[in-house]
Amino acid sequence: MRLAAFDEMLPEVSGLRSPYSAYDRWLKEQDPARLTEKMQDAERVFRKTGITFAVYGEQEASERLIPFDIVPRIISGNEWRRLTQGIEQRVQALNAFLDDIYHRQEILRAGRVPKELIARNEAFLPEMIGMRPPAGVYTHIIGVDIVRISENEFYVLEDNARTPSGVSYMLENRETMMQLFPELFQQIKVRPVENYPQLLRQSLAAVRPQSTKGAPTIAVLTPGSFNSAYFEHAFLADQMGVQLVEGQDLRVVDGHVAMRTTEGYKQIDVLYRRVDDSFLDPLSFRPDSALGVPGIMDVYRAGNITIANAPGTGIADDKAIYSYMPEIVEFYTGRKAILGNIPTWRCSEPDSLKYVLEHIRELVVKEVHGSGGYGMLVGPAATKKECEDFSKKLHAKPWNYIAQPTLALSTCPILTDKGLAPRHVDLRPYVLVSDRIQIVPGGLTRVALKEGSLVVNSSQGGGTKDTWVLDD
Amino acid sequence: MLLGRTANGLYWMNRYIERAENMARLVDAGLRMALTRTQNASEEWNSVLLSAGSDVAFTQKYSDYTAANVADFLLRDTSNPSSTMASIETARNNARMVRTALTRETWESINEAWMSLKRMLARPIDERDLPSVLDAIKRETALIRGSFYGTMLRNEIFDFSQLGTYVERADNTARILDVKYYVLLPSISWVGSTLDNYQWESILRSVSAHRSYRWVYEADYKPTNIADYLILNVRMPRSLTFCYRFLTEHLRFLGDDYGERHACHATAGKTQAMLTAGSIKEIFDAGLHEFLANFIRDNTRLGDEIAQDYRFY
Repeated sequence: MRLAAFDEMLPEVSGLRSPYSAYDRWLKEQDPARLTEKMQDAERVFRKTGITFAVYGEQEASERLIPFDIVPRIISGNEWRRLTQGIEQRVQALNAFLDDIYHRQEILRAGRVPKELIARNEAFLPEMIGMRPPAGVYTHIIGVDIVRISENEFYVLEDNARTPSGVSYMLENRETMMQLFPELFQQIKVRPVENYPQLLRQSLAAVRPQSTKGAPTIAVLTPGSFNSAYFEHAFLADQMGVQLVEGQDLRVVDGHVAMRTTEGYKQIDVLYRRVDDSFLDPLSFRPDSALGVPGIMDVYRAGNITIANAPGTGIADDKAIYSYMPEIVEFYTGRKAILGNIPTWRCSEPDSLKYVLEHIRELVVKEVHGSGGYGMLVGPAATKKECEDFSKKLHAKPWNYIAQPTLALSTCPILTDKGLAPRHVDLRPYVLVSDRIQIVPGGLTRVALKEGSLVVNSSQGGGTKDTWVLDD
Repeated sequence: MLLGRTANGLYWMNRYIERAENMARLVDAGLRMALTRTQNASEEWNSVLLSAGSDVAFTQKYSDYTAANVADFLLRDTSNPSSTMASIETARNNARMVRTALTRETWESINEAWMSLKRMLARPIDERDLPSVLDAIKRETALIRGSFYGTMLRNEIFDFSQLGTYVERADNTARILDVKYYVLLPSISWVGSTLDNYQWESILRSVSAHRSYRWVYEADYKPTNIADYLILNVRMPRSLTFCYRFLTEHLRFLGDDYGERHACHATAGKTQAMLTAGSIKEIFDAGLHEFLANFIRDNTRLGDEIAQDYRFY
């Protein structure tokens, strides 16, 4: 099935869109053979620097490159302003929701979000009840996935409020583009993204515990070098000039979290952790975890360390909660959500389940806790048998699923052997929250490289593009 | 400030880079011996494996000491943790772990060495290609060393890296000597037979010193000179004295930086003092084999003490 999609460069109805006009002029002057060469250069650069990611369950290709396309995705200054207003509002609401849900739970009392959704949700951490993190921030780093349907329709697909990844690709993609096409950046004013690591560092320093004396010591906590996103953890630590630590380096010493250095234990004030909640503290959560720090939750509760993002933030980006986001945004900000949600059927509701089962061939069905494109069904692309099998799963565990219409995500051209060809894209801008909200002008554009495919996840054959926000 | 785990990663990364290269050099020397002395090739390959510390593991897998078997085992067999391929792989895993401590050039040279050796050693080596494979291994490790020396800041990161390099190198040179110590004993003969000359040259070749030897000593190989060169010469980059000169220097830098001296400082200092005070005659009088066995033991202890004193684990 082919969906008629809105192309961001060359929509069929109106012709070349203005954000792309300067780029298009440049592109027409290029020799196609040279562009193909540049494409190969890009791959060499990525492989040499070791920008790879691991795909779970693939022994042979345990280190793969995320394919990179050299045609940028371009967003005008105006479009960006509108997006950032919507994102800011949403991020404010997410933090307010988290503070509320771990304290007075006003939104449950007001009946805007059903109690059961929180009570039996694994992402809700009872350990966080009554706990207010340093500076009152719960989710510090957020990657909001946004899709576009037409000239003026943007929707939020997911709020990644736990440990969003991919920001290193945003930075490396820009770096690579600037190496490959320096002249382009002289001709076209593109807003810079390079200062993200500095902003991240400042942002983390601003939410240090109150008790911290002097400049805070910041560290990035990684599960280790075999983790699929290890490259990014090392990259960010390096760019911020902070230590990259593993659980085995850390220990609680005199009421503080400390890392083992060649000169003894040194206190850490802010921990940017890229380890899931359940692995964070074997004394509080999974007892078998070797990735975390025994006792870190006690230090946290005593206010002696900032953990970014806070434990328990997953309750805000849970796919079941997602469907309530319009209500949540309105409840805490007092205004209608600027960025809409994709209509979502909650299979836990009998009427919705009935609808989903009847229309399964038109819908995308997702697991509430799934991620990375695993465990989902894309109805229009699935065989009859796959749909039937999935229907059985829905009957068995309806609360485990939500469904959404198959949207015609906007397309952007990529460079193929046969010239430019449209492919579906989404966008993940990165947001930093401290005493203020900062959004880096750009983000990660993920692109489904297979013709007609709607799945942009890198683990499922997706690629990336540099994302330009024009300084116009 | 440096994490203990990072210091550990740097130390082992460099030990394994050194080891990857040493394996190639041992195979190179063995190959030369086997070519020049066809009747007793298997004995030569046996001593190559002994020097590599891989003889037991080898005999569990193979019954014949042939060039193809030994080269395969020492260069590309990843079930042998000391093979060139396994060493480069371990070095790269450590480099990945300590990536934030390395310059981009250093990381890329290690990553590229790993990629190119993985490609080259993917299939069994054709004997005709062996010399070019050995060259390529030496070239890749030389590139790593070059970008490391050319770009790294001379701080604690550099110190821990160098400790790994020189502990491994000292161990390697001492083992090569110990496997062949009997051909260096004066009781065998003072004027070498053709056979002895081959043996002596092989020792020098396995530490890439067969040419430089002639720049320092007279053209003829003499066992005492060879032993002197590999043990006591301060300027020969693979001699035990040379290794300890740098080991004590880098340990001193660390001691000064951190304002603290540890057991490893005492151990390294003792070995260093013994090497600078001693003469080759005294070493032979007291027994070359005993000397080398003690040295290897103390060198291993030094490695353990460094790990403990600087909280590697």
